[in-house]
Amino acid sequence: MSLYKQSLAELRFGLDTRQFSARELTEAFLARVGTHDAVLNSFISRVPEAALLAADQADVRIAAGEKAPLLGIPYAHKDIFCTQGVRTTCGSKMLGDWVAPYDATVHQRLNAAGAVMLGKTNMDEFAMGSSNENSAFGAVKNPWDHAAVPGGSSGGSAAAVAARLVPWATGTDTGGSIRQPAAYCGVTGIKPTYGRVSRYGMIAYASSLDQGGVLAPSAADCAIGLQAMAGHDPRDSTSAAQPVPDYSADLNQSLAGLRIGVPRQWFTAGLDATVAARIEDALRVFEQQGAIRVDIDLPDAELALAAYYLIAPAEASSNLSRFDGVRFGYRCAEPRDLMDLYERSRSEGFGSEVKRRILIGTYALSAGYYDAFYGRAQRARRQVAENFAAAFAQCDVIAGPVAPTVAFDLGAHASDPATMYLEDIYTIPVNLAGLPGMSIPVGFSGLRPVGMQLIGAPFTEARLLATAHQYQQQTDWHLRMPAAYEEGSV
Amino acid sequence: MSLNANQLKHVAHLSRIAIDEAQVPAMLQDLNAILAFAEQLQDPRLDKLMPMAHPLDQTQPLRPDRVTERDERVVLQAGAPAVAQGLFLVPQVIES
Repeated sequence: MSLYKQSLAELRFGLDTRQFSARELTEAFLARVGTHDAVLNSFISRVPEAALLAADQADVRIAAGEKAPLLGIPYAHKDIFCTQGVRTTCGSKMLGDWVAPYDATVHQRLNAAGAVMLGKTNMDEFAMGSSNENSAFGAVKNPWDHAAVPGGSSGGSAAAVAARLVPWATGTDTGGSIRQPAAYCGVTGIKPTYGRVSRYGMIAYASSLDQGGVLAPSAADCAIGLQAMAGHDPRDSTSAAQPVPDYSADLNQSLAGLRIGVPRQWFTAGLDATVAARIEDALRVFEQQGAIRVDIDLPDAELALAAYYLIAPAEASSNLSRFDGVRFGYRCAEPRDLMDLYERSRSEGFGSEVKRRILIGTYALSAGYYDAFYGRAQRARRQVAENFAAAFAQCDVIAGPVAPTVAFDLGAHASDPATMYLEDIYTIPVNLAGLPGMSIPVGFSGLRPVGMQLIGAPFTEARLLATAHQYQQQTDWHLRMPAAYEEGSV
Repeated sequence: MSLNANQLKHVAHLSRIAIDEAQVPAMLQDLNAILAFAEQLQDPRLDKLMPMAHPLDQTQPLRPDRVTERDERVVLQAGAPAVAQGLFLVPQVIES
């Protein structure tokens, strides 16, 4: 079988049995990126020389008998993870040519694991967006339908994995930024529990919500990627000091008796009928495997949306104050004085959506408005967390849609940015409560993929991955890829 | 609660973001569409709840008060727009 269609376990077997070398594997994927990415625009930076060097080092380790799951296997980083020696732009003109002076913990871990980075993927600027159209490096196309967005903010990672330009990619998720693009591009994505993956060196958007994770074709692939990324990091004060289970070993947990909660409030008028039908199909597959469907209440999605669009901008306005035209990246030309330098550097360096969120956040935190906005939003956050706690008293896993629709057309929300926020209505509550969530492909509406969301209690990633994996043993949606990206089709 | 033009200009200044007068009406429309979501937060059920800052209600860990970082000024300043003799350069702020 062609290398680009193989799972991470199959690639591991091929490398360990010398069917191909890490160099050959890396060359094969680099060639695919070279062939296809001019159209897709899923990468901001490619690093072919560094990738081949890393592949050669992996071949030496493999030859020495080392066994490690990701050793010699290519991947791509969302361009939000700091990488020494390779520019980290965060999708922004502000950091257009900025090179981080240190590696993110996630990058250090993947380097130590011998994973081979092919480049850094496109994203909405500072991870703010649901379409990848807010990138200073241009929009990304959805490989299933070039008229559609790939979702965001990890849109480049999702598109690259869907087109099989990389076997897997990292992502980050603050309000849905792994799960929604995974759904739109027909790949599997996992956002772990808040604190599971270190945020050190992951450029901050909203620090109490941001969490790194994985996008890959299958849940089994996600398990391998997450295993390498997860774990306690003393350099991130919010990192969880919890042991990391063996995610791959736990994949074969049976679904028999698993109680799957289906939120009544999520299957209402706002949900596209075809998306709802594909979710119902998937629920039947779970039931055939012995899972028990439980209808549950999960109210307050609109309340969560309101809370998120104050909390996230408030934290962003604080985090992004560091980009001042003095210490990092972009500076405006010929500043008149210091205030002009600050104001014009930030006005020219940030895109419209980032500026909107900074302004909203500054307003929400300003004197006289803090209690009315930020304080109320934090109370709403507790309400959302309590709703989930009540739901998990009745079920083990929650299942529902990832987004109200399939991928929308490029430019569809350009004239009214707030309407795009509604795309996040099912994903945002999960971030507010800090829970792990996944998206798995469950079919199509026309050309465009449909994703199902699985949500678990804190630190139940193993259960979620196993639930997804058992579904993927019975279905082949995760194995489908867009025909235009098959070899020989160009 | 919605923003008016004067409040927007004040918030833009607090944010250190220059805005053109011509942009103000469109920005007000976009920002007030976002703030309209906040009406939801007047829900009286929230009155009795404690604000939640960390999703898992964790508190900050403490560590010994020991120096852990070396001086890496040269490396850290490499990404700055203008540097000389170990200093970040900005327009003159003190009159000569």
